[in-house]
Amino acid sequence: MPSRRVVYLDHSATTPTDPRVVEAMLPYFTEIYGNPASSHSLGRKAEFAVETARETIAHILNCAPSEIIFTSGGSESDNLAIRGAAWAARTQGKGGRIITAPVEHDAVGKTVAQMVAVMGFEQTILPVDNQGMLNPDDFAQACRADSVIASLMYANNEVGTIEPIPQLAAIAQDHNVLLHTDAVQAAGQLPLDVQALGVDMLSMSAHKFYGPKGVGALYVRQGIELAPTQSGGSQEDERRAGTQNVPLIVGMARALELAYEEFDAWTAHYQLMRDQLIDGVLSHVPGAHLTGHPTQRLPSHASFLFEDVDSGALIMHLDMRGVSASGSSACKTGNPEPSEVLLAMAYTPKEASGSLRLTVGRQTTAEDIDYTVETLVETVEKLRKLSREIIW
Amino acid sequence: MSNNADIRVVVAMSGGVDSSVAAALLVEQGYDVVGMMMRLWSEETVAGGAHNRCCTPDQMADARRIAARLGIPFYVLDTKEVFRNTIVEFFIDQHRQGVTPNPCLECNRHIRFQFLQQNALALDAQYLATGHYARVARGEDGRYLLKKGIDDHKDQSYVLSVLGQEQLAHALFPVGEYSKPDVRQLAERFGLPTASKKDSQDLCFIGDNNYRRFLTDYAPDVMIPGPIIRQNGEFLGEHNGLVNYTIGQRKGLGVTSQEPLYVVGINPHRNAVIVGTLDELGNSSLTAKRVNWVSGETPLEPFQAQVKIRYKAQPVDAWVEPLPDARMAVRFDEPLRDITPGQGAIVYDGDTVLGGGIIERPAQEA
Repeated sequence: MPSRRVVYLDHSATTPTDPRVVEAMLPYFTEIYGNPASSHSLGRKAEFAVETARETIAHILNCAPSEIIFTSGGSESDNLAIRGAAWAARTQGKGGRIITAPVEHDAVGKTVAQMVAVMGFEQTILPVDNQGMLNPDDFAQACRADSVIASLMYANNEVGTIEPIPQLAAIAQDHNVLLHTDAVQAAGQLPLDVQALGVDMLSMSAHKFYGPKGVGALYVRQGIELAPTQSGGSQEDERRAGTQNVPLIVGMARALELAYEEFDAWTAHYQLMRDQLIDGVLSHVPGAHLTGHPTQRLPSHASFLFEDVDSGALIMHLDMRGVSASGSSACKTGNPEPSEVLLAMAYTPKEASGSLRLTVGRQTTAEDIDYTVETLVETVEKLRKLSREIIW
Repeated sequence: MSNNADIRVVVAMSGGVDSSVAAALLVEQGYDVVGMMMRLWSEETVAGGAHNRCCTPDQMADARRIAARLGIPFYVLDTKEVFRNTIVEFFIDQHRQGVTPNPCLECNRHIRFQFLQQNALALDAQYLATGHYARVARGEDGRYLLKKGIDDHKDQSYVLSVLGQEQLAHALFPVGEYSKPDVRQLAERFGLPTASKKDSQDLCFIGDNNYRRFLTDYAPDVMIPGPIIRQNGEFLGEHNGLVNYTIGQRKGLGVTSQEPLYVVGINPHRNAVIVGTLDELGNSSLTAKRVNWVSGETPLEPFQAQVKIRYKAQPVDAWVEPLPDARMAVRFDEPLRDITPGQGAIVYDGDTVLGGGIIERPAQEA
């Protein structure tokens, strides 16, 4: 019979929507359904909800409400930031060099790759160390006269490493390079004060912090020229056309508000669960290694490599026993190629093929962790035995 | 009798109609069904734009959707490296040796009923099910029998002849009890979106199903020109690589003669294509190696049976003599024209597969 116990340890892929968030959204589907651009009463009510949400988010980010653009999620925010800023810089006759890291999400990596391949931009890819950490000195060297924008993530989705954003931002400012950070994994778990971070742009996505899917935001510091990547109506200060998704925007603001009101309690819980998980796996599973930085990592994030185990088979066995996990990131499902992030961290393809990401959440319990460690011990042993027994 | 709900069955899904119906039948029979798809090695893209046909994202999405509709878990098992190292390399190597292998036999031997079946059993499944047109039965002595599928046109027992008792004890072939038209109807009844899909072809890893083009790209050394000769050594002309010739081939030889000439042999040591008349083509005997007896026991005496020398050939009457070292000799009542080294010679007793082996090169050519 299919396992009845479900232990969801894939919160970096997505989180359940907080019931308090669902409650906040509901009136905006059927009662206050107006278009925020309409001038009648239902439109004004919808507009008020959107602008209130913008203020809520701006307050948490310590910025002006006009510096927040609503989008459809993290990928769109990343695209708008990089394409929009690079395009605007080009029309002003500035350089066309974009600086990224090899550990960026594909929403950044593939966007820049296309801009290089098709639109004539140039790219510098910074190295990372074997914990996925960027070196600010490398960044300083890469900031050349033609560099216009750098996109460097706040915390890595695959290995959880937190990059030294304030240091990187100071360097970017010195060299007159815009710094965009993908904070999709960081939002809800790390401070989001854009003044303290010093970034020029920041992307986030609601469903990573117990909000709904399909909505995100981009912070763009006042004064930065941004060419729209989606043109049409004059919504979002003519930087992102399209009728705002009022209920989802309300939901995102409520989710972010709750995440930062309850920040200390939740991050302490994540960290407790994560450390129990890391300790359990490293002390009970032979041939297991933690990937990413041991301490500078997301509170919820544990990632491992298991020697002589195939990641896909491991996830299948875990799922059959009720444990929901990812190989490296959920976006790569069905792709058995080893993670480029792990390769950039100098792991061999064979080492990288045994990757597992386990990310805890609000509902995770100590019993869940015990069950997961126990299941991992048995499954890893079983899979290693299996590969020894299959003789060609 | 145990309850089917307590029996886990892993079904190998390809996104195609046969394996989808197999999965649906098992679900209907109340088993604890898990869908699995192997991601095999295949050419990425070939010149001219043909894309690989095996395990494409489309097929994966199809299989995933079917599994979701059936309410069963679905997983993709990465088999790329194993498949490339065993099946594709074997295919190239055999062609290099001047024989025409049947990769499906090797895939069932090494991949489906070894790698995949072992993975299924490790997942606490009792059975691996596939969409093959074949049947498993129990003999009077309790042994497992491998039988032809009900539909004679679709029967795939040939490529399963590599299975033994261990594999059959844990194998189910749910569509083997049905004809292909029945299976299409079942697909419609189950509301499966594959009801009108075309049958897949063999050589799944070759982008355009053109194995000569594939070998030109991946093993150019098999394309070395050499002599076309008669059996007495008479030189008739030059060929452009052994892989362009198969036993029985008449067209495209590029040699002139008073009587029609056919390829009667391939000699890789001399890199020669041997041609002859229709009379020279026929052969009434063969030997085979790597013979598998489904029962697990080598027959003690020569016996009368029917033997199939290609996947699509009809079984013909023959005397079969088991030989030491997993070999056998087969003598046909009538000469056969297209005995091809590398293909399987599969031994049947009516509907039942007794065993089979790989056809060896005739002694005079070696």
